[in-house]
Amino acid sequence: MSSKLLKGLVYASTLFTFGILGYLIFYILFNGVAYLTPSLFEWEYSTDNVSLMPALITTLYVVLGTLLIATPIGVFTGFYLVDYANRNNPVVKAISIATDTLAGIPSIIYGLFGFLFFVVYLEWQFSLAAGIFTVTIMSLPVIIRATEEALIASGMSIRQASYALGAGKLRTLFNVVLPVAMPGILSGVILATGKIIGETAALIFTLGTATQLPQSLFASGRTLSLHMYILSNEGLHVNEAYATAVVLLVFVILINGLSTLISKRLSRGGK
Amino acid sequence: MSTQPKIKVENLKLWYGDFEALHGVDLDIYEKEVTAFIGPSGCGKSTFIKTLNRMNDLVENVKIEGTVELDGKDIYKKKTDLNLLRKKVGMVFQQPNPFPKSIYDNVAYGPRTHGIKKKSELDEIVEKSLRQAAIWDEVKDHLDRNALSISGGQQQRICIARALAVEPEVLLMDEPTSALDPISTAKIEELVAQLKNDYTIVMVTHNMQQASRVSDRTAFFLNGHIIETDTTRKIFTNPSEKETENYISGRFG
Amino acid sequence: MNETKEKIMHGVFLLAAVTSIISLILIVVFIFTGGLPMMLDYGVFDFIFGTTWNQTTFGILPMIVGSILVTIGAIVLGVPIGVSTAIFMAEFCPPKLYSFLKPAVNLMAGIPSIVYGFFALRIIVPWIRNSFGGPGNSMLAAILLLGVMILPTIIALSESAIRSVPRSYYSGSIALGATQERSIFNVLVPAAKSGIFSSVVLGVGRAIGETMAVVMVAGNQPIMPRGLTQGVRTLTTNIVLEMAYASGQHREALIATGVVLFVFIMIINTTFLIVKSRGGES
Repeated sequence: MSSKLLKGLVYASTLFTFGILGYLIFYILFNGVAYLTPSLFEWEYSTDNVSLMPALITTLYVVLGTLLIATPIGVFTGFYLVDYANRNNPVVKAISIATDTLAGIPSIIYGLFGFLFFVVYLEWQFSLAAGIFTVTIMSLPVIIRATEEALIASGMSIRQASYALGAGKLRTLFNVVLPVAMPGILSGVILATGKIIGETAALIFTLGTATQLPQSLFASGRTLSLHMYILSNEGLHVNEAYATAVVLLVFVILINGLSTLISKRLSRGGK
Repeated sequence: MSTQPKIKVENLKLWYGDFEALHGVDLDIYEKEVTAFIGPSGCGKSTFIKTLNRMNDLVENVKIEGTVELDGKDIYKKKTDLNLLRKKVGMVFQQPNPFPKSIYDNVAYGPRTHGIKKKSELDEIVEKSLRQAAIWDEVKDHLDRNALSISGGQQQRICIARALAVEPEVLLMDEPTSALDPISTAKIEELVAQLKNDYTIVMVTHNMQQASRVSDRTAFFLNGHIIETDTTRKIFTNPSEKETENYISGRFG
Repeated sequence: MNETKEKIMHGVFLLAAVTSIISLILIVVFIFTGGLPMMLDYGVFDFIFGTTWNQTTFGILPMIVGSILVTIGAIVLGVPIGVSTAIFMAEFCPPKLYSFLKPAVNLMAGIPSIVYGFFALRIIVPWIRNSFGGPGNSMLAAILLLGVMILPTIIALSESAIRSVPRSYYSGSIALGATQERSIFNVLVPAAKSGIFSSVVLGVGRAIGETMAVVMVAGNQPIMPRGLTQGVRTLTTNIVLEMAYASGQHREALIATGVVLFVFIMIINTTFLIVKSRGGES
């Protein structure tokens, strides 16, 4: 009797969850696609034509810059934790706790820190560099965890085979383990990319909100998410905000599709 | 048969943390012979074989005392080049563990590791090793196939070829047939008989018939001790120790 | 030669690994040295329990209460729906549908907060204004928004908690003659409760830390919350709203708001880690 009721609740909730998701996507696409005009993709931003092109390119700058720094650091951290350090080493415990803690800190705290440290203390001003470094720290836990899991899942037996042939640690890691762990690491990097594209709170006081394409690492700019926030906040360009939302959604859907594809290959045992 | 042992082990003790797994093992292993280790599971035979190429170094909290001499030199000396040691003392594992790479790249991995880059030289080594491992005819037409796509018995012979490709002097085999079907097992045993013309072979086996079929010398392990070492014929027909006799005749665990 | 290369790379990997620790230390040091002196100077009690916030008076109780109320609301809304959806995903969902819904949950987690906020601003806010009166931008809007935003977190963690309950529990119950539904609700779900609880704790962390979506719909008045349909300001939004133009003690007060938020988050994270490690033991 009561379990019938609960079952009803389960179905209703599921319907609600995916109904909202579907409605959100449909609503944004329905209202935004019409405003995806060519003028929105012009190179220059002006108050008459709030082109999203500079923001789109700045987003790419921020994503590439962040991945360039965060990927090696994150992957190397995974190497160290899984293949170099003794599990009971206090350093490993400390790194583990630090990674978990970083993963739980909200973006606004990162933004505040980035502002105090990079913008004010290091005197970088609102800049690409300040934004990139702030988001780099945010992305580290995602990449570290993905690398760790992938390295552990690759198993001891292929490592033993390599060592038994007289290969050193580095050769074993790069030639045998890394190819096997690659899809897992890649899906972590993709997840981080999605996070960076959607980020606002950590960037608004580090990257700043300048409307033009930054001409150097120490110039300010705005990413698509920031662009959309400011448009909707000003309330003058709601249609363009819809259009920007469409572009953001398309990115996020592509990124998720890619990571689903990779994890499917992963679970098939990856030939 | 030379009188100078290829490997001489003296008073070897090994601990996993506080647990003492080997209590002072002494053993001589002779060149171009097959030496088999038999004994019930958990007796220390697999642990012991891994001390001969220092694979136990990879396990955390392992402590080792005593000496293992290869050609008169202690391999547990501090300045031992581990990679060189493992090149000289190759190993084949219980579960076939080819790399998820092509058959060719599997076999060429070792030589490449030790600095051989020339394609023609690698081709030669790959063919020679696969022939030695008696699998050349089965795989020669698809060397670029992923080594994981062939049968378990073939995979194990690829692993043997991979180990031979670095031209080891000693080949350690840790229950190499325990995961294989009878036909593949017979093939590997045949292969071992062939290989002992060129290599010193040490083999752990849970299968007493296998030990009696392929080995020249047998060591019986029990609870981290070697109870008895002798020629295989002697061990299986007229053992000196009561425990060995009990185990051989199946009156044991 | 090879050995030196190994040694150098070992050093490089170690260096990379301590980056996380150094970053965390830097964050703690800069946030706390930026905010604590102001709190001590102004008076910790007056700062935390003061109910007035303007350019010269800095009491953040309204924001603390705002954050707590909004989070509680989001949990009350999001947890039953999220856990129920997780039960569906783990137990009732046909495999074909699952291969479609699982990526959908991931997508839901990947949609930027700004898009959620914008959606809420366009749909939820006018709906509240028309149905209940008031400005629309309100605590209720923030609660509804956050209740949806924490769903993917709750669903993903609860689902894996339910899936990790040994299958023998379920078949044992079925063997005793219990129906499928009864076995799921009375045996599987209770057995997964520590995992489900940790998903709730993580959801709390998400809700209390969310900034940009909330700032778009919450109304943001820095006064004690006066009702569901009235405006509210949270700790996170307090920082983002005024940081752009604040200076002197005002700016320090915003950093100090960050300190309070940080402490909240640390409590939540520690709870999460404890629950997670307990769940792992049993």
